[in-house]
Order: sequence, then structure tokens, then C-alpha cells
Amino acid sequence: MTPQDNFMVLAPIAEGRRGDLETLLASMTDRPGRADPANPVLPFGAFDRLHVARLLVLEDLAYADLGEAATPPPPMLAFLGDCDGDAESFRRDLAARAGDGLRRLFAHCSDFTADADLVDWMRAHETPPATAYVNWVGRTVRQVREEAALASFLRARPWPGPPQEARKSIVAAVQAEQAQGRLPLSPAAATPLGWTLRRLADLVLAPLVLLLLTPFLILIAPFYLLHLRKLEETDAEFTPRPAPAHVAALARIEDHDASNQFSAYGNVKPGAFRLLTLIFLLRLVQYTTRHIFTRGRLARVPTIHFARWVFTDDKRRLFFASNYDGSLDAYMDDFINKVAYGLNLVFSNGVGYPRCRYLFIGGAKNEQKFKNYIRKRQLPTQVWYKAYPNLTAHDLACHSQLRRLIEDGPMRDEDLVATLRLL
Amino acid sequence: MMDFADIQGLVRSGYGQLTACRLILLRVADPAAARAWIARAPITTAADLATPRPTALNLAFTAEGLRELGVAEPVLAQFDASFIAGMGSDEARSRRLGDTGANAPAGWDWGVGKRLPHALLLAYAAPEALDGFLATLDWTAGFTVLAQLPTAWMDGREPFGFADGLSQPAIDWSGTPNPDQDAHLTYANTVAAGEMLLGHANEYGTITERPLLPPEADPHNLLAEAEDAPGLRDLGRNGTYLVHRQLHQDVAGFWRAMRDQGGENWIALAETVVGRRMDGSAMLPPCPAAIPGIDPDDRAANNFTFDPDPDGLACPLGAHIRRANPRNADLPPSGGAIGRLLRNLGLTRQNLRDDLVSPTRFHRILRRGRDYGTQLSPEAALAGPVEESGLHFICLNTNIARQFEFVQGAWLAGRNFDGLSGENDPLTAGADTYSIPQPHAANRRLTGLPAFVTLRGGAYFFLPGMRALRWIGQG
Repeated sequence: MTPQDNFMVLAPIAEGRRGDLETLLASMTDRPGRADPANPVLPFGAFDRLHVARLLVLEDLAYADLGEAATPPPPMLAFLGDCDGDAESFRRDLAARAGDGLRRLFAHCSDFTADADLVDWMRAHETPPATAYVNWVGRTVRQVREEAALASFLRARPWPGPPQEARKSIVAAVQAEQAQGRLPLSPAAATPLGWTLRRLADLVLAPLVLLLLTPFLILIAPFYLLHLRKLEETDAEFTPRPAPAHVAALARIEDHDASNQFSAYGNVKPGAFRLLTLIFLLRLVQYTTRHIFTRGRLARVPTIHFARWVFTDDKRRLFFASNYDGSLDAYMDDFINKVAYGLNLVFSNGVGYPRCRYLFIGGAKNEQKFKNYIRKRQLPTQVWYKAYPNLTAHDLACHSQLRRLIEDGPMRDEDLVATLRLL
Repeated sequence: MMDFADIQGLVRSGYGQLTACRLILLRVADPAAARAWIARAPITTAADLATPRPTALNLAFTAEGLRELGVAEPVLAQFDASFIAGMGSDEARSRRLGDTGANAPAGWDWGVGKRLPHALLLAYAAPEALDGFLATLDWTAGFTVLAQLPTAWMDGREPFGFADGLSQPAIDWSGTPNPDQDAHLTYANTVAAGEMLLGHANEYGTITERPLLPPEADPHNLLAEAEDAPGLRDLGRNGTYLVHRQLHQDVAGFWRAMRDQGGENWIALAETVVGRRMDGSAMLPPCPAAIPGIDPDDRAANNFTFDPDPDGLACPLGAHIRRANPRNADLPPSGGAIGRLLRNLGLTRQNLRDDLVSPTRFHRILRRGRDYGTQLSPEAALAGPVEESGLHFICLNTNIARQFEFVQGAWLAGRNFDGLSGENDPLTAGADTYSIPQPHAANRRLTGLPAFVTLRGGAYFFLPGMRALRWIGQG
């Protein structure tokens, strides 16, 4: 199995260069916000390890909520993506094959120099996530494309007869194609030993540390809760309607594909109490995304391909990016109706979030306040790439299930019929 | 307690006993005269429904109409965002609603630019009384007529010939919904009053955003105080949003496609596309237990969910009525309290299609449409000629994005409803492809289906409460 990794280059934009940068970014798209996979600046489609990627201007749209004296931080260029295999080799690959384009992009950043070594510079500006989510750990772009081709082949013709007969004709037809060198279904690569060991260590050590800390946590729990409730009663909510022009600008780049991107940037509530809470909770979420939610779902939500939470600015701000199926309203409804508790745990530590009780009650359940809060902090993603247009996470899971027809040998009638129904 | 005298009658009734109806699209010509006419218009309220009436009249406005009538920008800005923008206003919304190609606003008969109505007058009467009733409503000083849209009474059918309007949510008029999610583990047909009426608690237990005015904006004390914002006057209270879409139906084309694809089983095929028999009966047997909010008289047609049919063998997953109202609960079946907790945390084994469809109760609409043209038998439709026919789709809701736009965009026009891939509603959204699950085999797949419905016009309106109507009329 090839595990997925991610990268995020974050660098301040040079003064006066933002306009030029946005023009360059727009030139990389074929529809508003959607990357042209063959654009000459960064031909995303040429990198067959790349699942999703985006380029955007990271700016704090809600800094005014911090108080009258607050000033916005300088806007940054963010370039992030999720890839098969390790990010370091992917960075090298990027630099080797799209070096000129990357230099054109990074030339808009204040600390980039023409003679900088690209890989070193990207590594120096790497901003790792506090937590990352992968819909299906180990599913590579290559696998996605091979299985999609298989599904198209199988769906293009009828497979009559009783189920077991249909399966036999399917297997025979696919094997005939494969004998001609078509419809390859590459076997999974060996899982890197280091990755397996790190996973295993995390699986065991994290609960162990938590166990060791338990007496201390129990001791401080009453004080923690008292202070938390006091803060929750007094923290200000900032949930006015987002400006119509802002919403329209976001909508312009949405719904060009079965999936959409989402980028949001907000402020962490000041003080060590909220920051430590947030760090602890994001670590908890990370544990679940590493060890539990690795097969098609983040808790009850089956529509997210990749997502991440990233601290920036000395952990004063939090960036959230996701790639999800359906429209934004449906995505927000999904969150509110299915995992409001999870959203609240993380985002209630953000300035202005709708009021929560005990970190997880309330909050997003205040539907319209939550949607206002989210939209206000959402940033336009100037360039967004997805390696498999119009395929949803559910489609990918169905395609993998169809592959089992070919590779799993005989199936029970019941399972076989269920699989044939995906055709 | 609901103040029915403050609610326009359409919220409570589709006026089925008044079989003649005309939908009149107006534009404001003289704001002062228009306001004066509004102030004295004989609007029917929900309280009037207690006694049978020979006529009924309701009135709604677009955002542009309210602006023309003098409603100030800061007030307008507090209405529903989709209402302010308008149905045909931008490409992003059209993309989401599937209003592209032949359905794009550029080709509409009405609804955008100079053909955007300012007001919609809904007039109902007995057939012989309608013209006389309209003659008593002299709006000419204030308004010009953009279009008078005739309707036809099809006795509970729609132009394709199917029984229509069978399933409606039952409004919980108590106004005090139970927001506790554990109360929604099974499907119910009731919705909180706040889903259909502004100023009341919705399914989340909160009151949907609407314009709240400072007292000085209501000098004659016409408006009620906002329940959730003491000191402010509630312009939205007992009002709602009315969505109007004129859907042209290609009746001959529909039956031709069914005959071509279905052979001698063409009627049965059409029934799987709709998800009901032509006479309206359900494709699933009724649930043993009564579903809350289903009228006892309606049990045969409506006391069912799709839970016993997870694979779509009785009613295909993509059938029109399954998309428009999936009848699911907040959680897939999960056993006891522990099971529910684990399910909520995502720690139980989940089936491939679990949780693909959002809980229905947040996406209900109240339908109040009227048909136009003629209703023919399938055979007659095939023999032709067929008069221009269709449906004036009209629905009410308080949050256009979460209710109407969600149902239309994610469920009907959406190409990934309930795990389907690349197909939308075959009846209304022009699906090229339609998958029909089979008992022991791969799906039967229809391809090359043309669009049977074309959008000819549409707009979002505000159907104010009576107090708000007087406030608008007073200017």
C-alpha cells in the first residue's frame, strides 16, 4: 500500500505584487477557479501522484473581530496538495518538471530570490498540518484511474444471465482486455516499513501517554470545566451575514465539478487556555483520522476526499482546507446534521464562533449563525485541481468494489448481486 | 397560538375547491398608487378559510418589487439571500439548480431583466366567477400587467397524467418543535411551523433570519414585536417565500420515450420513472405503524418510507418521488442508545450507501402549484396534437437555499443523489440516463432519454403576513 502525504508552501506575498499574482493564477484555470490540468505554469495533470492541489491567497478576512486595534496580517501565497508517497520526493519532482512555472509563481513572494534552490525554498516554507484526513488511506491516483476505467468498461455493456454467469463473463471479458494490454489493474506496492512502524508507534503510544496523563487530567478537570464555561458564557459571537459580493465571488468558482474545494481561515481565541485545548483536540482528531477513519468516511461524513487543519502565524490562526462532494450548502448541512459535535470541538476555539456549551453542544446547531460564520471566513481558492473530475468519494468506493469482481474469486450470491448493482 | 388572521391563506390551503386560478405577474408603474391598492386589496387569510368562500386572493413580491414599492435597502438586505439575489440572477445559482442549456434564464418567457415581475397576484374562484372577480380588482393605477398566466384544473392529475400533489408535509401549528435529534430517529411527515412561516421556530429550534426593524421604521405600530429580538419589529413574521417556476411539459415526448424504451410495458416504465402508479398509489406497501403527520385518509398513498427498499427494487433510487422526498430520518437505523452514540461517532460498521442522503426534515417544501394546458391520456398524447401544457410549480419555504434550492439542486438536478453516478431526475431534470435496479442482476439502464420538462420562467417572491402587507402598503 502506498500511503498519502501532503505539502503546503506558505510564503508572504511581496508588497504590490498581489494583483500580478492573481492574474497569473487566473491564467492557470479553464473555468473560474478550476485548474487547467495542462496549464503551462504548473501542469498538474502531468503529476500522476497528485490527487488534489490548490493555490490561493491566504488572508484574514475576519481580523476586525479581534478588536479595533487589530491589523490584518500580510497576505500569503499558499500552495498545497495531497500526493501518493512522500512529499519530499514529490517536491523534488515538482521542482524538476515544473521549476520554471514555480519560479514564476514564487517570484511574487517577498523572500524568494531568482537564485534560490526551489526544493530548499519550498521545504523552508513548508507548513505542516496539525491534522490531515485522507478519505481512503492507500488509494493511489493510479488506482483511482484504473478502477474508473474498469467501471466505464463494465457499465458500457450489459452482462446478462444469472449473477454467477454474469461474473464469469465479466472476468473473461476483462482478462481478454488485459491480454491486449488494456484495463490494467496494478497490484498495490509494498507498504513502506518506516510508515508502518510510525503508525504502529502512534497507535500504541498516544493512548499510553493519555493514560499516563489521566490522573493529572482528572485532577484539573473541574477547574478546566469551570473556566471553560466562564469563557463560553462571555466569548463574543461574530456571525453577521457575509457580504453578498463575497458570497457571489465564492459561488462563481463553485459547482463546476461533482466536487468542490473549501478554504477557510480564522483566528484562534487568544490565551493559552484555548490554544492548548485546540492543540489537544486536533491531536485527538488526528488520532482518529490515522487509525479509525481511514476507509471512506470521516465519522458519518462520506463526502470528503482530503482535508486538513493547519496552524499559521505562531498558532494565532488556523487554516482549514477540504475537498468534498456536492455543493457548499449541502456540505454545511452535512456537517451540522451529522458531526456538529466534531466541528464544535475544534472551531469553538475560534474567535466569533456561535456559542457552545462544554465545547461540543450548540455551536453549529445554530444553523444560520454557523453558515454565516463559515462563509465570512471562507477564502476564494484561485486555482483548484482534482485528478479525477466529476468522481465522488462514493464513486471511488464503488469502483474499488467492482474491482473485487475481477480479483476476489467467487463471491456469495448476495455479495455478488450487491456488487453487480453498482453497474 | 398561531394568529391565522395574520397569515395569507395559501400557507394553509391550495384552495382546491376553487378550481379556477389565474397567476398575474405585475410590475409597479406608480409606487404610491400601487401601495394604496395593496393596502385595500381583499387578501384572503388563513382565518378566512374557516368558512367556504367563492373567491380567494393572495399577493407576493419579488425583492425588486419591494424596492420599487419603497422598501429601504437596509431592510431589503435582511431578507433571505437567495430571495434578494433572485432565481435567475447569476450563473452560479443557475448551475446549482440545473437551470442551464434549454432551462437557462436567457431563454425564459419571464423572470429576468425587464421581464422580472415585481408582484405575483394569485386569484382563485369557481370557474364562472373568476373573470368577474378579477374585474373587481382594479390595479391599473398602480401596476402594469407583465403576464396573465392561465391555469387548468386537472382534478388532481398533472399533464403527464399522473396523480399529483399527494405528499405534503404537515405543519406543526403548535409552533414549538422538539429540536432534540433523538426525537427524529424515524421519519415523520410533520415539520416545524418555522420551516414554512417566518417568525416561528424551525427544525433546528431557531427562528430563521428575516428583516427586523427598529421601532422608528414602523411609526404606526403595524408590525408585531420579534420573538427573539425584543424591541425590534418583525417584518417577516407569518410571511414566507414563494418559489414560482413555470415548467413546460413535453407530454407527447414523454410518452414517446416511454413507448420506445418500454415497449408494451411503457406505462409501467413511466411509473418507475415517477415512483408512483399513475393513480397515485405507492410502489411500496404501507408501513405497519402510522407515520406521524400522514392524514389517515392518505395512508394508502403515503404511509410508507423507502427503508424496506434500500436497493431500489420496488421504487428505483433515482425515481422522481424518491429524489424529491427521500423520507429518511436523522440517523440510519442504529439500535439502542449505545448504538446511536457509536453511530454518531462513526464507530459502527457503515454500509456503502449509509448517510449519503441528508435528513429529509430539513429540506421540506409546501407545494401550491397549478397546472396549465390540457391533460390527455397517454394514448391521446401520442396521437397528438397536444396543447402547450405544464405546471406552474409553486412552493413555500422560509430558507430558500436549505429547502427549495437544496431539493432542486442536490436531489433533483444533482447527478450523485443517493450514490447514483452521473444521472439526475429523469422526469424533471433532463437525465440522459436512468438506472432501474433489478432483483438478481446489474441495473437496467435507460440511455438517450430527452428532457421532458423545460423551465419557461421563474422568480422568488416574498408572501408577507397581513401585518407586513399593511406595512408595505402604508409605505
